[in-house]
Amino acid sequence: MADETPILSIRDLHKSYDETEILKGVSLTVEEGDLVSIIGPSGCGKSTFLRCMNCLEVLDSGTIAIAGVTLEKKDAATDPDRDFSRKAHELRQRVGMVFQNFNLFPHRTILQNAMLAPMVVLGVSKTEAEATGMRFLEKVGLAAFRDRYPSQMSGGQQQRAAIARALCMNPKVMLYDEPTSALDPQLVDEVLQVMRDLDNEGMTQIIVTHEMRFARDASDYIVFMEGGYIVEVSDEDEIFTEPKDERTRRFLARFL
Amino acid sequence: MTDMKRLLSLFVLCAFLTGPLVAQDLPADAPVLRWAAAPDSNAPYSFYDASNKLTGFEYEIILAVARKMGRKPEFIQNDWDGLIPGLGRGMYDCVICGIEINPDKAGEVDFSMPYFITFEQLVLRKGSPDVTKLSELSGKAIGTLDQTAALKMLQSTPGVDARTYQQEMNAYRDVESGRIYGVLLDYPIAMFYASPMKDLAFVGPPFGMISYGIVVKKGNTALLDEINKALKEVIDSGELRDILSRWNLWTPTMAKALNQPVDPSLPPTQYLAFIGAATQSPTLLQRLERYATYTPLLIDAAILTLKVSILGMALAIVVGFTFAVFRVYGPWPLRMLATLYIEIIRGTPLLIQLLIIYYGLPNIGIKLDPFIAGVLGLGLNYAAYEAENYRGGLMAIPKGQMEGARALGLTHTQGLRHVVIPQAFRMVLPPVTNDFISLLKDSSLVSMVTLVDLTGAYNRMATGTFDYFGTGLLVAAIYLLIGLPFVRLARYTERTLAVDQRRPTQKPGAFHFPAIGKKAS
Repeated sequence: MADETPILSIRDLHKSYDETEILKGVSLTVEEGDLVSIIGPSGCGKSTFLRCMNCLEVLDSGTIAIAGVTLEKKDAATDPDRDFSRKAHELRQRVGMVFQNFNLFPHRTILQNAMLAPMVVLGVSKTEAEATGMRFLEKVGLAAFRDRYPSQMSGGQQQRAAIARALCMNPKVMLYDEPTSALDPQLVDEVLQVMRDLDNEGMTQIIVTHEMRFARDASDYIVFMEGGYIVEVSDEDEIFTEPKDERTRRFLARFL
Repeated sequence: MTDMKRLLSLFVLCAFLTGPLVAQDLPADAPVLRWAAAPDSNAPYSFYDASNKLTGFEYEIILAVARKMGRKPEFIQNDWDGLIPGLGRGMYDCVICGIEINPDKAGEVDFSMPYFITFEQLVLRKGSPDVTKLSELSGKAIGTLDQTAALKMLQSTPGVDARTYQQEMNAYRDVESGRIYGVLLDYPIAMFYASPMKDLAFVGPPFGMISYGIVVKKGNTALLDEINKALKEVIDSGELRDILSRWNLWTPTMAKALNQPVDPSLPPTQYLAFIGAATQSPTLLQRLERYATYTPLLIDAAILTLKVSILGMALAIVVGFTFAVFRVYGPWPLRMLATLYIEIIRGTPLLIQLLIIYYGLPNIGIKLDPFIAGVLGLGLNYAAYEAENYRGGLMAIPKGQMEGARALGLTHTQGLRHVVIPQAFRMVLPPVTNDFISLLKDSSLVSMVTLVDLTGAYNRMATGTFDYFGTGLLVAAIYLLIGLPFVRLARYTERTLAVDQRRPTQKPGAFHFPAIGKKAS
């Protein structure tokens, strides 16, 4: 495996908002099938990092290579923007994203939610989109809810529907931005279970999370960020028992 | 009072006798005489009477002239300001509408010989001191109509506060109520509008001297000669004296000018009919019968109101939506353009916008049909409000919706089209329906550009009968009836969409949108 090109490779990523630098040169490599958790205190840049991987935030400089699409920005002023947005568009089609607040479309049923992107972006037929949609709704255990509107479902069900919707685009990598933060505690597990199932099927997943127990149980390894840097990348057990960095130790102390 | 009654019964008789005067026996292929006037609020010149039929002393004169010319008269309605331009554009052959023979205008048009000579009549409240010169009115507010010789006279008298009115009746009513001191207007207007009002009195000598002439296009001497010849026959045969007598306008001034007997040749039947319809208080049944005769006019007017409103709203939605998208998603020049448009339109009155579109644009060569001008005026005005509605709707859609769409691989445009706009549309449907109802009512302003919408119909009916109260209520009721279905529709959409927009039944605050917009965590 080691000699293959990693499915995700990020080099020296920088990102600022106005004058504030959020990401100060972040690099990360993820192999296919890995489940990686990114943890860290609020404001450490972990969500921005994740959003850069999907071009929801445009990187200032650095390189992002995911599943064969390479995005590079050395100098924002000279790079042809058109080419960049074309590549960003291409990249998004290989990357699925799940948000803290689900971002389901409230005016569509969950099946219609799942069918929209395949039909509009990939141009597949309605029948085919419906079949794909049903397949993934079934996978997340929501086949019976196909005609419900998001407002008629619980938060956990909505998040599972959002995952199914993202899977319909057949992504190579799934990104989760605090997927369980908006959920009642008793609803968290049903969402995490879906992610575990996907891991077992070999999906590459990157999760920004505060769920330390899940991070520890399910991750292949854990990335700890603070102050715009990746402070530590450790084995999921190691980081909790013997963190390499003092900052990691201090952060995790609150959870243990 | 008994005199009045006798005269009224005489009028009924004469009304039948005058019938044949209108009907003409001409060969079917006789040439036509296309004549124009502005009949709204225009008694006693050419106007629509209580039963919505064209009448008036000028109407009778032009019919008599046409008959002498051997031509079939064909009436073309226009508004006062458009009468002369319409002549230039060849919309009709001549204009007869109380136009003063004025050397200033002789450069633009040609005038026939005068068919009526009159003066300005001052009307004050009964018991006011006599006036011999206009300068004695210094310091007083005097009403008149726009673009009249009377206005010029008032404006050239130092110290007089000249007030212009759209409708003569309102001017006289204001004298009656003491809002202004008096009114100076052409004698026929005073005769027909002021003399029936018992609190008002004719005061002072005849002011000025005005001759009305038939107007033809400059240089159309062939037609002018033809008209003059016919007019002379109408005068010499005594027919003009008959017409003016029946309209109670055969004055010593006219008699002297035409060198004919001072006494009227016929009783003032038309005058009494007008005054009768105007001052007699009809029974409820008569009133209802009269309203029933308005039905065709009101149906046409209601249809026009609906047409203008629906087309105006359609325009407002298209333009407003475009500007809203410019404002929320456009690059800065488009954003600026949209903002500028919205601020200017919202900051200026609809009426002024409408008047500029209709009367102002011809100055730069853009002549619009009144209907088009009405739709444009309403539509472009409401577009500003619609733009703000849609902008509100677009902004109310959480940022996460677009992010969700983009994360799925949709382009920005696709995200707008499939995700943001459908939701914004649902959100703004109730306010947009409300706007339509308000536009329906504002459409009454199109009567200012000569359209006979419901308000135009009201003007016509009220000035024909002086029944401002009853016709006002009638027309208001029709507006209400037309608007009602849309009020119901607004309520319905509000209710049904509220169900669709329900938020999840999880713990309060867990699904709050603003959190999505936060940048880093």
